[in-house]
Amino acid sequence: MLGQEIKKLVVYTIFLTIIILPMLGFTGGAEFQAKRAFVVLGVGVALLVLNLIVKVIRSHRPLPEHDQPSITERIADRLHQIPKIFTIGPLLLAAVIFPLVANNYMIDVGITCLIYVCLGLGLNIVVGLCGLLDLGYIAFYAVGAYSYSLLNLTYGFSFWAALPIGVVLGMICGCIIGYPTLKMRGDYLAIVTLGFGEIIRLVLNNWDDLTAGPNGLFGMKRPPLYYPAFEEGGLEMVTYYLTSLPGLFYFILVIVILTTIGVNRLDKSRIGRAWIAIREDEVAAELSGVPTTWIKLLAYAMGAGFASIAGAFFAAKLSYVNPNFFLFMESCIVLCIVVLGGIGSIPGIIIAGFILIAVPEVFRELEGFRMLAFGAIMTTMMIIRPEGLIPASRRKRELHHRRDEAERGSK
Amino acid sequence: MDLSAFILQQMVNAFFLGSIYALIALGYTMVYGIIELINFAHGELFTAGAFIGVIVLTGLQQIGWVETHFVLTLFIVFGLAMAYVAVLGVAVEHVAYRPLRNASRLSALLSALGMSIFLSNGMMLSQGVSDRAYPQVFGLESIDFLGAKISHSQVFIIVLAFLLMVALQFFVHRTRLGKAMRATAQNRTIARMLGINIDQTIRITFMIGPALGAAAGVMVGLYYGAVRFDMGFIFMIKAFAAAILGGIGSIPGAVLGGLIIGGIEVAWAAFLPSAWKDVTTFTVLILVLYFKPSGLLGESEADLRV
Repeated sequence: MLGQEIKKLVVYTIFLTIIILPMLGFTGGAEFQAKRAFVVLGVGVALLVLNLIVKVIRSHRPLPEHDQPSITERIADRLHQIPKIFTIGPLLLAAVIFPLVANNYMIDVGITCLIYVCLGLGLNIVVGLCGLLDLGYIAFYAVGAYSYSLLNLTYGFSFWAALPIGVVLGMICGCIIGYPTLKMRGDYLAIVTLGFGEIIRLVLNNWDDLTAGPNGLFGMKRPPLYYPAFEEGGLEMVTYYLTSLPGLFYFILVIVILTTIGVNRLDKSRIGRAWIAIREDEVAAELSGVPTTWIKLLAYAMGAGFASIAGAFFAAKLSYVNPNFFLFMESCIVLCIVVLGGIGSIPGIIIAGFILIAVPEVFRELEGFRMLAFGAIMTTMMIIRPEGLIPASRRKRELHHRRDEAERGSK
Repeated sequence: MDLSAFILQQMVNAFFLGSIYALIALGYTMVYGIIELINFAHGELFTAGAFIGVIVLTGLQQIGWVETHFVLTLFIVFGLAMAYVAVLGVAVEHVAYRPLRNASRLSALLSALGMSIFLSNGMMLSQGVSDRAYPQVFGLESIDFLGAKISHSQVFIIVLAFLLMVALQFFVHRTRLGKAMRATAQNRTIARMLGINIDQTIRITFMIGPALGAAAGVMVGLYYGAVRFDMGFIFMIKAFAAAILGGIGSIPGAVLGGLIIGGIEVAWAAFLPSAWKDVTTFTVLILVLYFKPSGLLGESEADLRV
């Protein structure tokens, strides 16, 4: 056992050396930058050795009971038992107090986090509940942002008038993308959605007359609030534009709360169960009388709708959009939030959204490593904990069941 | 230049671009054929090949080999780039794909995507964000062929690409390992029963496919004169479109698909606004998937959609 592990370690070290030294050693000219390359190599080898030590220690301990859940699972189970008012109440309170104590920069980061949480919850419908991998999700966010911007700039629509139009446009786009992909399998679907996402971005980038191309659009109004005021001659509606950061924070907080409630209700509804049935086994779902075509289209439309809301808010908050906000990488970030939080798990996604967006802001100097870490997180989570940080209870059972089956099958 | 010469010129360009797409598409099609998974990291492996190419070529240029041993230099550049990416391909397979071979499709796809993001950003951090210039080794002379101008690098790239494709065809159809590969692609369980080492076969697939991609990466670098950490993305989508168009899992299909996609792109860029040429590729991809997901030379749809 130990001999085998050491042999593995040697082989891995050779591989790491071959991979790392040329790529990190030669960056500018032809001279070899030994320091950087060997530091990274050293870190890699240290990780491998650490892994070996952990394995050796584990092999000396008696095997734990098979049914013993891990710590995070136990915490999650415990959390499910506490009445909701004690878990959600303090969280909401903290969110409400946050803008009063934080500085502008922190509030801004908070707003970004909440936008991504909203996107993550929307993508969760498509990926988590219905099991369709969508790599072009950010396109709907772009649709929402651009439809608000264009309606506001050209026709002077207010946020509230433009929002439903944007959502409907987003849903139509969702159906347009969804329709041809209905019969496709997972990996084709992933590529096609990726292609659609890029098409929408390229259209925004190239259609200069409408979208001002790469320069982007600016000067959109902030979301307005109306309140009645008693003036001379009767009642008058006063428009108040939400320009301050705390105001915008509360605004997106309300959107996120409504989204959470909506997604939660959808999850537990008949439609939600139909989505899960399709994810588990499409043929069986169809045979049980689920109209798979419509239900899948509905998943796309709902996911796109939530993204459009987030997009419209984003455009209104920033008063500026350009096509480069909607790169493929953004889709990956949202997907990473869903994966880390636990596919199909609403609290997990909210927590993961905050971890993945706020933590890189705190460690600003490590900015360049952000996407590197996201990629590593995605792969590692899939291998070690496919159910995510806080597993959705149904999903967890399913994954473990399947894995047990696979193990039994291989024996 | 008259019209016929112009069309001939465009055809040469299409052939050139198409053979590069075909080389990348071969990597997709081989991996898909054997483990039924889109290797999302393939575009990054292609870029890695281009980077190793520029590193080796810069080094050889400094010691003056480009002038004295021109053919040997090219041989070393392509050889090292392909060998490096073969090692990287095996490592990627071992880390990201092997543990998930029996897991659900969504998990495997997400793992592959994570690997792609990881590699792409790893290259950005190690090699920088800006373009990296390739030494121009071919010069600017070109051959005059019925009025069309074909540069030396184009001739070299087309010839090399087709040599590699012929070699691959020979390997898959005439050697023992190739036979094992085809058997594994057809039915993994039965192949294992017949004594084929599945792990080894998959590993070899992950060496050959990415190595071809690396060769394409060096070609792109040599022709366009620069590499960038994110250039794999657009090539990946186009090569994927080529693989689907030809019928995923089919080697001649990938070559055919690559040439068609190259042709469409060049024709579009020649006659219509070139800013929209990428949109056409995506549209072709979507149309093919909708109307004929088995591709031109692929297996029947019934087999594919199980």
